[in-house]
Amino acid sequence: MNDLKSGSNLEKVLEAGHFAFTGECGPPKGANVEHLREKAAHLKGVVDAVNLTDNQTAVVRMSSWAAATILIQDGIEPNFQLVCRDRNRLAIQSDILGVYAMGVRNMLCLSGDHQSFGNHPEAKNVYDIDSMQLIALVKKMRDEGKFINDEEIDVPPRLFVGAASNPFADPFEFRVHRLAMKIEAGADFIQTQCIYNMDKFRDFMKRAVDMGLHEKCYILAGVTPMKSIGMAQYMAKSVPGMDVPESLIKRLRGAGKGKVAEEGIKFALEQIEEFKKMEGVAGIHLMAIEWEHRVPEIAERAGVLPRPKVD
Amino acid sequence: MIVADRKPIKEILEMIKDCNKILILGCKGCVTVCNVGGTKEVGILASTLKIARNKEGKPLEVVEETLERQCDPEYIQQVKDMVHDYDGVISMACGVGPQFLSEAYPNQRFFPAVNTTFFGGAVAHGIWAERCAGCGTCIIHKFDGMCPIARCSKSLLNGPCGGSANGKCEISKEVDCIWDIIVRKKMDEGRLEDITSRKPVKDWRTARDGGPRKSVREELVE
Repeated sequence: MNDLKSGSNLEKVLEAGHFAFTGECGPPKGANVEHLREKAAHLKGVVDAVNLTDNQTAVVRMSSWAAATILIQDGIEPNFQLVCRDRNRLAIQSDILGVYAMGVRNMLCLSGDHQSFGNHPEAKNVYDIDSMQLIALVKKMRDEGKFINDEEIDVPPRLFVGAASNPFADPFEFRVHRLAMKIEAGADFIQTQCIYNMDKFRDFMKRAVDMGLHEKCYILAGVTPMKSIGMAQYMAKSVPGMDVPESLIKRLRGAGKGKVAEEGIKFALEQIEEFKKMEGVAGIHLMAIEWEHRVPEIAERAGVLPRPKVD
Repeated sequence: MIVADRKPIKEILEMIKDCNKILILGCKGCVTVCNVGGTKEVGILASTLKIARNKEGKPLEVVEETLERQCDPEYIQQVKDMVHDYDGVISMACGVGPQFLSEAYPNQRFFPAVNTTFFGGAVAHGIWAERCAGCGTCIIHKFDGMCPIARCSKSLLNGPCGGSANGKCEISKEVDCIWDIIVRKKMDEGRLEDITSRKPVKDWRTARDGGPRKSVREELVE
């Protein structure tokens, strides 16, 4: 296993050729450790790693690194998310060393939603570096053992480097090139934005496969089951970079009262079935937002259990 | 030019509430061009303040003056014989004006009448837009004359981010995504490779992050 970049469970699962299944957990809006533990417990043994979001939608929450270490205590592998909005290169590198020291082995590099979305729109943003540069920074720290200023690191952090890709943002033709840039920068795995527009995603994946990107990096397809029509409408209108086709909203409406959530899960399961067979897709990233307790059921019905154990 | 917006009258009235006699100093530079602090706007502000104070029963004496520029000690000197005749002085120049005045006349009080906003230009009659962030290391030639530092909400050097939709920025449908424009131009002209190579991290020392800046031209220093 010396060939592994980080030795994380997620890396081992993917390297062994298994279809990966990752989950997500938003840290609490407070220091409610018990609530975090309770949410994360639903994901234990059900997913290969759990993303800990970093002040998602620019709303202040418990720091993703702290939440990640709490999951480690509970025997759950975290995928530490870090956005460029809130930290400069000093804080970023310092946090990378810190999380590695605490046992974190996966990291997802993001630009971050603009602070105008969140609950501190008056804030000054940082954006000292961007997500592309962040990916290259983490890879450099790991592979060259050097900080961004070329100084040597005393025990480099060995992290499995992740990045996001949004096939639904514009300009569409450029998105696959941007994915290629992230892989070139050092992304070992990609987790995509929540997919609802399947036609567009098929087109995107075809382009990625044509460029051979799936052979250089593991691409995990993003799935978020719709819990309600209100959620679908909110996603369609208010979440940056989200593409929710009218046909899906119509389908959810057609499910009838009390059956929308089940219809949302059914759609997600159909997506997962297709992704399992889709060329270039190496796994699923299930973002069940504030629905962690439903993940075991979804995983069961999706036929992804039990999760592989790779030594 | 430097673009500014006039402060609300209420705020200006609050600043000068203890004054009975004031001088309003306009500037014939940028703020005249962006119609916020030239001779005309000095006149409008003077009338507005006088009317408001009359209503309050506290009449205000106002003298109007406009300097060639307020960012040059030479012109600042032109008010030396009159500047102390008032309870306070309102500057309608950008943020530089009240500071140069305060430095030249430490015993007088100077109030800013405008909020200095950005370096930009007029994109339509009555509309100004930001174009430069004054980062001190210009790189617009790499982006076909468009600056992602000033015009991308996240100042991304490797954009566009995942929030770009229909040519607009994720922060508002009123804001163009500059990266969308850059990418489309590069694609149209078959020069996509200009932006598919990663731009390295920026050295912000030449920007405000390096501390207050000074520009010294040796050949001009006496």
